[in-house]
Amino acid sequence: MESPVEIVQHTAGGVIGLSWLMIVLPLLGAAILLVLGRKTNRWGHLLGVAMSLASFVVAVLGFFALIGLPDDQRRQAVHLYEFIPGMVDMGLLIDPLSISFALLITGVGSLIHIYSIGYMAHDPDRRRFFAYLNLFVAAMLLLVLSDNYVGLFIGWEGVGLASYLLIGFWQFKPSAAVAAKKAFIVNRVGDFGLLVGMFIIWTSFGTLAFGDLGAKVNGVQDGTTLAIGLLLLLGACGKSAQLPLQSWLLDAMEGPTPVSALIHAATMVTAGVYLVVRSGAFFFPEGSTAALAVAIVGAATLLAGAIIGCAKDDIKKGLAGSTMSQIGYMMLGAGLGPAGYAFAIGHLITHGFFKADMFLGAGSVMHGMNDEVNMRKYGGLRKYMPITFVTFIVGYLAIIGFPLLSGYFTKDGIIETAVHHQPVLGWLAVAGAGITGFYMSRMIFMTFFGEKRWDADAHPHESPAVMTVPLIILSIGSIFLGGYLILSNTLMKFLAPAVGRPTDLPVFHFASVPGLATLALVAVGAGFAWFRYGRAEVPVVAPRGSFVTTFARRDLYGDALNESLFMRPGQWLTRIAVFFDNRGIDGVVNGLAAGIGGTSGRLRRLQTGFARTYALSILIGAALLTGALLLVGNI
Amino acid sequence: MTTQYLILSGLLFAIGAMGVLIRRNAIVVFMCVELMLNACNLAFVTFARQVGNLEGQIIAFFVMVVAAAEVVVGLAIIVTIFRTRRSASVDDANLLKY
Repeated sequence: MESPVEIVQHTAGGVIGLSWLMIVLPLLGAAILLVLGRKTNRWGHLLGVAMSLASFVVAVLGFFALIGLPDDQRRQAVHLYEFIPGMVDMGLLIDPLSISFALLITGVGSLIHIYSIGYMAHDPDRRRFFAYLNLFVAAMLLLVLSDNYVGLFIGWEGVGLASYLLIGFWQFKPSAAVAAKKAFIVNRVGDFGLLVGMFIIWTSFGTLAFGDLGAKVNGVQDGTTLAIGLLLLLGACGKSAQLPLQSWLLDAMEGPTPVSALIHAATMVTAGVYLVVRSGAFFFPEGSTAALAVAIVGAATLLAGAIIGCAKDDIKKGLAGSTMSQIGYMMLGAGLGPAGYAFAIGHLITHGFFKADMFLGAGSVMHGMNDEVNMRKYGGLRKYMPITFVTFIVGYLAIIGFPLLSGYFTKDGIIETAVHHQPVLGWLAVAGAGITGFYMSRMIFMTFFGEKRWDADAHPHESPAVMTVPLIILSIGSIFLGGYLILSNTLMKFLAPAVGRPTDLPVFHFASVPGLATLALVAVGAGFAWFRYGRAEVPVVAPRGSFVTTFARRDLYGDALNESLFMRPGQWLTRIAVFFDNRGIDGVVNGLAAGIGGTSGRLRRLQTGFARTYALSILIGAALLTGALLLVGNI
Repeated sequence: MTTQYLILSGLLFAIGAMGVLIRRNAIVVFMCVELMLNACNLAFVTFARQVGNLEGQIIAFFVMVVAAAEVVVGLAIIVTIFRTRRSASVDDANLLKY
């Protein structure tokens, strides 16, 4: 196995030295749009797109500058400023891993920006939407480009904030406001893990910079690194919607569709995979317990997401389930050490394309169907939305792993590596691929084929070019990218300076046992879907279904579990606290005040205003005093 | 001798105190206050004579001075009250209460 190369301090100028522009440009866009407010309504969306595209240009230039360097120079640290003196220097790490993410984030992000011009055209708040999109991109870029955990954490929180703002963008809908809060709170749980993990890293190793950790950890695996690994995994689970912190992802569909595409394809959910791969050399080395935990979480989530996807009638929720599942594949790959990293990142990139393609396609369908999301009210749309249909089909074939499309190479790479390293998890992943074949085919058959089951006032039409062109670009990426990245190990060689690589480069087998089994299962799944939803008539009202269907429809009872384990006890706790506060603390304070008030109310009656009464009380007082003194005999 | 003087002083004080408590006319109450002061003066002078020094005598003078000053202020107040309310009764002037 080859280790990552040393990080070199970047001294020369050039594009790499200017890579901070990638973060600053969209941040500036967000700031301008938010500070100037309504004045920018007319051209705000154009500024947002321009900033995102400019950031993409910087990323592309940085990429070419990086591949112009020899292999051992391909990790360039750009020092920016001293952030916390003696603790953290803020800087950027430009290496193959971060630049791959930056290209995905800015590239797919820009396409989503462009698409949003059309999708949000009728929204009075479009300018604010673009401000948040820019903020999202900037935060995600800070997350992946930072050369230390503190910068990563700031970006991490920025992504959380931006996702909150975007999921709750239509905050007048109570469901959207609740979903935004849910995403934020569930993410806090993961952030807690990341934060505590960072605390332990700092106290144990005295540095939070990626460049120094390698030498400090030095490959030693003990209880401390395991604890750090598990805490970082908790953080990754929160952001990447892995079990047990998956519940926010499905509700996050309340946001506008481009947001879902951005969250699921380019940003946010990929952050967890990035964290695991970036920390891989330190805390998740091949064969460690922490890496095994990552792989198990990934395998469990890929099955859970696939099962959830099977029962959803809401097209966006179906896609959300598939995202969970695909991120599960990436986590599984990331838990296999350097052999799996290239496939995990490769799947992340190709998934970014085909998932953005399908989400934006779903948005295009909704755009033409009066924002209807229920697939039972679609049907036969292929004639009315030809471009959307073709691009969606491409994304669909890519995600189920149809041979020679993007998803085929990257997913198959993960499965074969997993079967080789962790046979049980690997075969679970094969099963997951079969389920993927079923639920994605079900989506296709229910949406584009069969009888029309539309509402009376639906007039489906193809979307404008500003929406279809991004779809076409994304679907082209969905076709060719996987083969390019995987077939001759392009991505693995490219990433090697950043994450290391196995000594023997894997050779892609078109006819391996797990690969053929996967294809067979996918075919069975797709065939079953055709049998149920293609050939047979789809009922407009969802049938009750068996207990398995209910299980999947209710998101595997994830919400019910959270509710009974955390929410209810929390409510009891607050109720007890409120009771104690009202009766106990308030009781003492109010009782004391009432007692003093009542007593003084009675006592003040002594002030009669009659001078003679006062004189009498003085006389009695003097007499008592004299009597007392006489009694004591002290005169 | 001392005893008789002290008894007289006590009687005068008691009469003054009773007058203050019982009478309503402010002038009479005021006179009774003067009576009490002078009863005290008598007691001071008596003890001074018995002990044989001048301190009690001096204090009696101080009391007289204070009483004179008090009369000036007190009578002025009483006259003002009478002018405004057409009454010198201490019970009528009872506005300052709870």
